[in-house]
Amino acid sequence: MIEPLGQIEEYCRHSRLTPCPNRVFCLTEGPLCREDPAAAAAASERARRMRRESPEKPVIFVGTGTCGLAAGAGKTLTAIKVALARMKFEAEVIEVGCIGLCSSEPIVDLLLPGRGRLSFGPVGPAEAGRIAAAAAGGKIPRDLLLGRHQAGDTGTGDDLPGLAEHPFFRSQTRIVLKNCGLIDPSRIEEYIARGGYRALSRALKSLTPAELCDLVERSGLRGRGGGGFLTGKKWKIALATTADRKFLICNADEGDPGAFMDRAVIEGDPHRLIEGMAIAAYAIRASKAYVYIRAEYPLAIRRLKEAIRQAREEGLLGYNILDSGFNLEIAVKMGAGAFVCGEETALIGSIEGKRGMPRPRPPYPAVSGLFDCPTVVNNVETLANLPAIVEKGPERFRAVGTADSAGTKVFALSGKIARTGLVEVAMGTKLEEIVFAIGGGVAGDKKFKAVQIGGPSGGCIPIQHLDTEVDYGSLKRIGAMMGSGGLVVMDEDTCMVDVARFFMEFIQRESCGRCIPCREGTRQLLRTLQSLTSRRSTAGLDPLQRFQSVINLKKLAETIKETSLCGLGQSAPNPILSTLRFFRDEYEAHVYERRCPSGGCVELRTFRIDPEKCVGCTACVSKCPAGAIKGTAKKMHYILLEKCVGCGACFDACRFGAIVRE
Amino acid sequence: MRAESPPDLKEILARYPGAERDSLIPLLQEVQESEGYLSREAVTAVGSHLKLPAAKVYGVATFYNQFRFSPRGRYHIQVCRGTACHVKGSGPLLGRLERELKIEPGQTTRDGLFSLEIVACIGACGLAPVISVNGEYHAHLGGDDIPGLLENYRTRIEESDD
Repeated sequence: MIEPLGQIEEYCRHSRLTPCPNRVFCLTEGPLCREDPAAAAAASERARRMRRESPEKPVIFVGTGTCGLAAGAGKTLTAIKVALARMKFEAEVIEVGCIGLCSSEPIVDLLLPGRGRLSFGPVGPAEAGRIAAAAAGGKIPRDLLLGRHQAGDTGTGDDLPGLAEHPFFRSQTRIVLKNCGLIDPSRIEEYIARGGYRALSRALKSLTPAELCDLVERSGLRGRGGGGFLTGKKWKIALATTADRKFLICNADEGDPGAFMDRAVIEGDPHRLIEGMAIAAYAIRASKAYVYIRAEYPLAIRRLKEAIRQAREEGLLGYNILDSGFNLEIAVKMGAGAFVCGEETALIGSIEGKRGMPRPRPPYPAVSGLFDCPTVVNNVETLANLPAIVEKGPERFRAVGTADSAGTKVFALSGKIARTGLVEVAMGTKLEEIVFAIGGGVAGDKKFKAVQIGGPSGGCIPIQHLDTEVDYGSLKRIGAMMGSGGLVVMDEDTCMVDVARFFMEFIQRESCGRCIPCREGTRQLLRTLQSLTSRRSTAGLDPLQRFQSVINLKKLAETIKETSLCGLGQSAPNPILSTLRFFRDEYEAHVYERRCPSGGCVELRTFRIDPEKCVGCTACVSKCPAGAIKGTAKKMHYILLEKCVGCGACFDACRFGAIVRE
Repeated sequence: MRAESPPDLKEILARYPGAERDSLIPLLQEVQESEGYLSREAVTAVGSHLKLPAAKVYGVATFYNQFRFSPRGRYHIQVCRGTACHVKGSGPLLGRLERELKIEPGQTTRDGLFSLEIVACIGACGLAPVISVNGEYHAHLGGDDIPGLLENYRTRIEESDD
């Protein structure tokens, strides 16, 4: 079905069957097909309005990404609307994506005519009134102010700090996240007004698919999903393979626990991804593309579907896009919660309606993938980099980053760190810069212990290696990997053996079961780790045997690494190997002394009852799941250490603070 | 209570005429969305619609974490067990929930009010530890917040039942 496409000017004769190749320029700069200064002025005025360069009335932006909502942005939004209505003041209220500084969520921006755009956070419902008052011309709440977006002197004479000077933003280089949190993700016009879809127009108009592959290869863009394969090279293989049908798949199955970059990009700037996908599909001559996205991201799915609909409506997807003869349909496929589906062959199996199990490669999907046709699987961040590469040229992209890894990388910074959030830094930035300068170091007055990078396939990096630069090669050398970009900071209270066990439990649960090293090997690894972090299951083993199990742990881990079928198994032992390498003393304390030095292992915790404080209320006795507390009413109780499982139920139950954790 | 009743099985299947194997997972997702879980009847019906044996459908459905084979509670609690949440104490938080509700992950309380599920990562790592109750997020939780939170939902039910 072909419906009419909105005409831009009266004399415009273009329709969906005969689209205009210059539509994007026409929308922002006026018609190229004829001299018409009035239309050109109107178009640039429209674009300026869309960019909100000189607003007539104040605009309030509320960050309602998933992280904002979790922090209570929904309530803030309502409170602001209520406050505005009460003051009978009219201001535009817009929902935007995430600007990245999660620890200050809910973040609210206020755009005042003549004073620029100011960011505030955290703005709870209680502070909403003050923001609304500031919009109506009242005092600006400086205690909540994060900074002003526009840099330098804006001629207003006030001394509000710039957002770019905020320590969180100072060392960032934003390409992928450029628009996130700034534009309204539900309106394609705003993306176009900020230069969106120009790269696609340019690629379709002046580049052949082969030239485009070449351009991207020259830019040095490598797969951001973790593997780091040269994107342009992968495309060339798919382009060179002859077939009736070819497919592009966007891998948005962000399964790494601790990573949320893809979610934020899709929620905050979905059109960047769509434009990137259209460019990639054109480069490999695919006319059908899929986005395989996690079902756990309902908001991202909703925004993406809406964005695809708008792009179709504008003629930027669908039939004969911008009169280039290139057709593209994008379908959204929801994942069903299997970590292994992040592996490309498993992902393809899942789209085909099968169990998501990897298959041996070669043949690589670029040769034979979805429905046995050539298929390119690219990660969200990889695709989101493409518009900038095509528009600004490969040299500009190469200028950022290192010789071996070009461009930037988005990291999700979380764990025990002062400022959590989403950061985009140039490749080659040192880890310590990310953790201490951008993240503000460890929260509270605790000591930094390690940073975990790359999710279940990555490793833990201790303080002595924090001067490592983030690029594909350097991370590999210290036993970690780029992974998809989760950075979880751990402090002295985190037990590294427990972290290794946590990841192994995850991998063991998510192992698809096809190859034996991964299925059985990870089970053995997990068992050994469990014997270290639990109290009784290894009873009867003397310290020597337990130490031997640690030696075997390493041997087994290396075997799994060498013999597994897919990336999941091959990288599964990384958390163990890296913690064993850098935190051997913690393993030894667990093995020899059955003691957890940092107190992170629940089962190795011991509790005792303070006789001074216990009143004999029996609350703990009734809560203890192991029957480890003895005592009668009004008499002091005591804990039988050999029965205690360390769950802490008594600790939660006691209202007198009589249970002491040792 | 609900403004419109969710589509039943027949309606869902009718939306996929002549569907093939690659529609299996979307179909199962839609059925689960409307019924809350995959009943035996639903699995057989989906199988015969796609001309697949029920065993194959089960084979796929049990592979993925998303699919449930028993009804879930009125309030479905998802506990994030991602790395950031783990480091910030989602383990003890889950333990507290298990003790308060007296169920394990994957189960539903006897009164049908609450069900508990572990999810790998909700993606709100900056606000860890996080749980989601029927899609409503609760951030920065500690064990002691749990009783109040559950009580809150219980009163909500009483209010809506009145």
